[in-house]
Amino acid sequence: MITATHYLILSLMMFSLGLIGVMVRRNFITVLMSLELIFNAVNLNLIAFSFRLGDLSGQILAIFVITVAAAEAAIGLGLIIALTRLKDTVILDDANEMRG
Amino acid sequence: MDFLVSNFAEILFYILAGLAVLGSVGVITLKNPVHAALSLLGTFFIVAVLFVLQHAEFLAAVQVMVYAGGIMVLFLFVIMLVSVRDLKTQAAFLSPLVPVAVIGAILVGALIASAVLLGVFASGSGSAEALQMVDGEVLGNTEAVGMVLYTKYLVPFEVVSVVLLVAMIGAIVFGRKDRFIEEPEGEVGL
Repeated sequence: MITATHYLILSLMMFSLGLIGVMVRRNFITVLMSLELIFNAVNLNLIAFSFRLGDLSGQILAIFVITVAAAEAAIGLGLIIALTRLKDTVILDDANEMRG
Repeated sequence: MDFLVSNFAEILFYILAGLAVLGSVGVITLKNPVHAALSLLGTFFIVAVLFVLQHAEFLAAVQVMVYAGGIMVLFLFVIMLVSVRDLKTQAAFLSPLVPVAVIGAILVGALIASAVLLGVFASGSGSAEALQMVDGEVLGNTEAVGMVLYTKYLVPFEVVSVVLLVAMIGAIVFGRKDRFIEEPEGEVGL
């Protein structure tokens, strides 16, 4: 039988891989894709608990997460376009105007 | 054959989970952004199948339409627009991998512990009827989600539409061409 723990472990693996991608990759586009991976892991968690607890609130929350993920993707890709126009790069280390 | 039939749900889950993890690994390891985007697309589809397995049919459809149809097209457009091949190539990964690995290991350990603990609390096998109930009547997942979304969660629904509006305006402002040129001291531009 597939329990909630199975889905939690799978979602944990996806979340960790996404987090590693955000921390390790230097390409802005790949970092945004890793963020989408993290959002998907969260949704998987919400759906797993929604099913096990018989409560629809998890699915509603997942819809909101998808909406926010879409907004985040639009903003992030707009930032990529602006960065490419300004510095002709998508490498995050090259965006060092604020000496970070 | 008997084993296959009696354990069909488990076998399906493990195949899908393996494919999802494989796709996630592909996203963070593939050098070419187009390949990474296609790997991410495969992961989205597998997550949609996992949603169907847990009786979230409406969300599976939303996942395919919004993620695979909308966000992935946006990503691919931007990848083509900035023509990543022409940009100067550097190492794809950060060099100090050790601190990242240490942080990741600590985090994964804590998360595994909490996942096992939480999974015990929600140990029920789940019922599809509760997710399809509208006013004490079993109709379907889409109807049930719509009923809850437009009654109990109406205010968050309206607020999230404002979030979308703000995001759209922000994306338009970031994408404007003359934004960085008309600065008084035009050397940095931000």
